[in-house]
Amino acid sequence: MTEKVLKKGNEVIALGAIHCGCDGYFGYPITPQSEIMETLMEEKPWETTGMVVLQAESEIASINMVHGGACCGKKVMTSSSSPGMSLMCEGLSYLAGSELPCVLVNVVRGGPGLGTIQPSQGDYFQAVKGGGHGDYRVIVLAPFSAQEMYDFVWLGFDLAFKYRTPVLILTDGMIGQMMEKVELRPQKPRLSDQEVAELYGSWATTGKPTTRQENIITSLALEARVHEALNQKLQAKYRVIEESEVRFETLQCEDADYILVAYGSMARICESAVELARSQGIKLGLLRPITLFPFPVKEIERMIPQLKGIMSVELSTGQMVEDIRLAVSGKVPVTFYGRLGGVIPTPQEVLDAFKTNYMK
Amino acid sequence: MDIKDIIKPENIVYQKTKVLTNKVMHYCPGCSHGTVHKLIAEVIDEMDIQDKTIGITPVGCAVFGYNYMHIDWQQAAHGRAPALATATKRLYPDKYVFTYQGDGDLASIGTAEIMHACNRGENIVVIFINNAIYGMTGGQMAPTTLIGMVTSTTPYGRQVDLNGYPLKITELIAQLEGTCYVTRQSVQTAVAARKTKKAIRKAFENSNQKKGTSFIEVVSSCNSGWKVSPVQANEWMEENMFPVYPLGDIKDR
Ligand SMILES: Cc1ncc(C[n+]2csc(CCOP(=O)(O)OP(=O)(O)O)c2C)c(N)n1
Repeated sequence: MTEKVLKKGNEVIALGAIHCGCDGYFGYPITPQSEIMETLMEEKPWETTGMVVLQAESEIASINMVHGGACCGKKVMTSSSSPGMSLMCEGLSYLAGSELPCVLVNVVRGGPGLGTIQPSQGDYFQAVKGGGHGDYRVIVLAPFSAQEMYDFVWLGFDLAFKYRTPVLILTDGMIGQMMEKVELRPQKPRLSDQEVAELYGSWATTGKPTTRQENIITSLALEARVHEALNQKLQAKYRVIEESEVRFETLQCEDADYILVAYGSMARICESAVELARSQGIKLGLLRPITLFPFPVKEIERMIPQLKGIMSVELSTGQMVEDIRLAVSGKVPVTFYGRLGGVIPTPQEVLDAFKTNYMK
Repeated sequence: MDIKDIIKPENIVYQKTKVLTNKVMHYCPGCSHGTVHKLIAEVIDEMDIQDKTIGITPVGCAVFGYNYMHIDWQQAAHGRAPALATATKRLYPDKYVFTYQGDGDLASIGTAEIMHACNRGENIVVIFINNAIYGMTGGQMAPTTLIGMVTSTTPYGRQVDLNGYPLKITELIAQLEGTCYVTRQSVQTAVAARKTKKAIRKAFENSNQKKGTSFIEVVSSCNSGWKVSPVQANEWMEENMFPVYPLGDIKDR
């Protein structure tokens, strides 16, 4: 039995966590994502599924609680917004370096500094290129609807445990605060301690039984070759992820001369911009990356022969556009249109920018 | 008589606990870390909780603590062990969870995490090694460095006007409602080590009685960092550290 509800994106992140059998949420309040923890506290999942929900003293504590919980082989998560994500970056690097599964949500606001609480996509670099120190990547999912906010918590945990890597849901206040119809899934029971020990006993700190060696979860390797090997193992994993986990959607791309590339909330606007262009006889399409890492490089490469130009549309000064340029490798013109400070362009403004770039 | 005739179970008067591994410790001769490790391992063995114990190592000399005990281990970022312990204990309420932290880790960079874990009354054990110096990074000033004490970042001695006062964090921790047992011990003599072991045992027993956080400071020596011999280090510790960090229980509830 599926249930349909009308809820905010942030609220269904919380419901998705409970329903997918999440074991623990640790967070610290920050606008525009506080509804996630507030919804969890209201739902009291500790009385139903046994899920732990804890308000930590800071984002640093939150991410390190996630570190501890992930070491236990449990499904743990946190959420924050940009300044809080910056504080979490050291912890995120440890999680990646220790090959630990977890889900993080960044409901991005405008920066730098305290910036603004309005929606932004200015944390693309931080999310996709690493953010913390060292050579690591996290899988980045970019939902563009409340339904995807809910579904990607499920998907996020699946991917996190499949690859033993952090998964980051990168969204913004527009998707987080927007109310939409969402189809909920039936409750999935949490794993018992015994099931966790059976499934993840090869690496997780579940308490060392006499039947196995102790599990030591660390990212430390002072010996040069050991450390090099550790990094090569991580990189090999990222290459598999690039081969297997690219997700994207296209709209009207089959016969397109030009495409817009946009993710998350900007993709919603660009859908309408494409319709508008088509009504004027302009053969415009939309590529919406759903995974930002891994980036749909092959799909862009595949489309290159048919294209006269690409425009990246972002709520930033131009971050994803760099990945598009890498994929295109100079074979097609790539331009950019972006707005800042929470200014959401209308479909008409996007189309005008496109015309300025390509139709003059 | 052959040596084989002597090494028989009935003749054994002392034995290394099976919880300790056979790895050679990386600690300097005279360092307190090794002694405290041994005491923790013995308590785990005697309480028969090896399969239920999860340890969390800090960043500091004890980062490699995970090499020396046959238990499951997590390695935390600098100062954040209490946050990892919080989640671990809440997700596994029946396990015994302890952090092992130095003074830089616990009383400087990790002040917020230890304060709040203790204030929430997390049912964990905290072992706090106060050697008044940053051992691992080569002997810089710690929050617990004594007034006038020479370190590589206080080459003319710690000065109050520049560096403030030695932080008596254990006394602060004892003020928090969430802690049930707060004590300060040392391990420079057999008697002192035995008292510390008793404290560790009590702390582990507390943690599954849901009484709150148990916090054990061990005033320790770092002869390499202090640049004296192990024997001189112990003498210096008794003479200079103990007056500022007096031994004994501060709170037992
Ligand atoms: C975020 C961060 N800052 C600084 C360091 C460098 N660092 C490593 S150990 C240490 C101090 C350790 O001193 P203490 O906690 O007193 O432990 P000890 O080595 O004396 O046992 C520092 C500053 C680090 N690893 N991470």
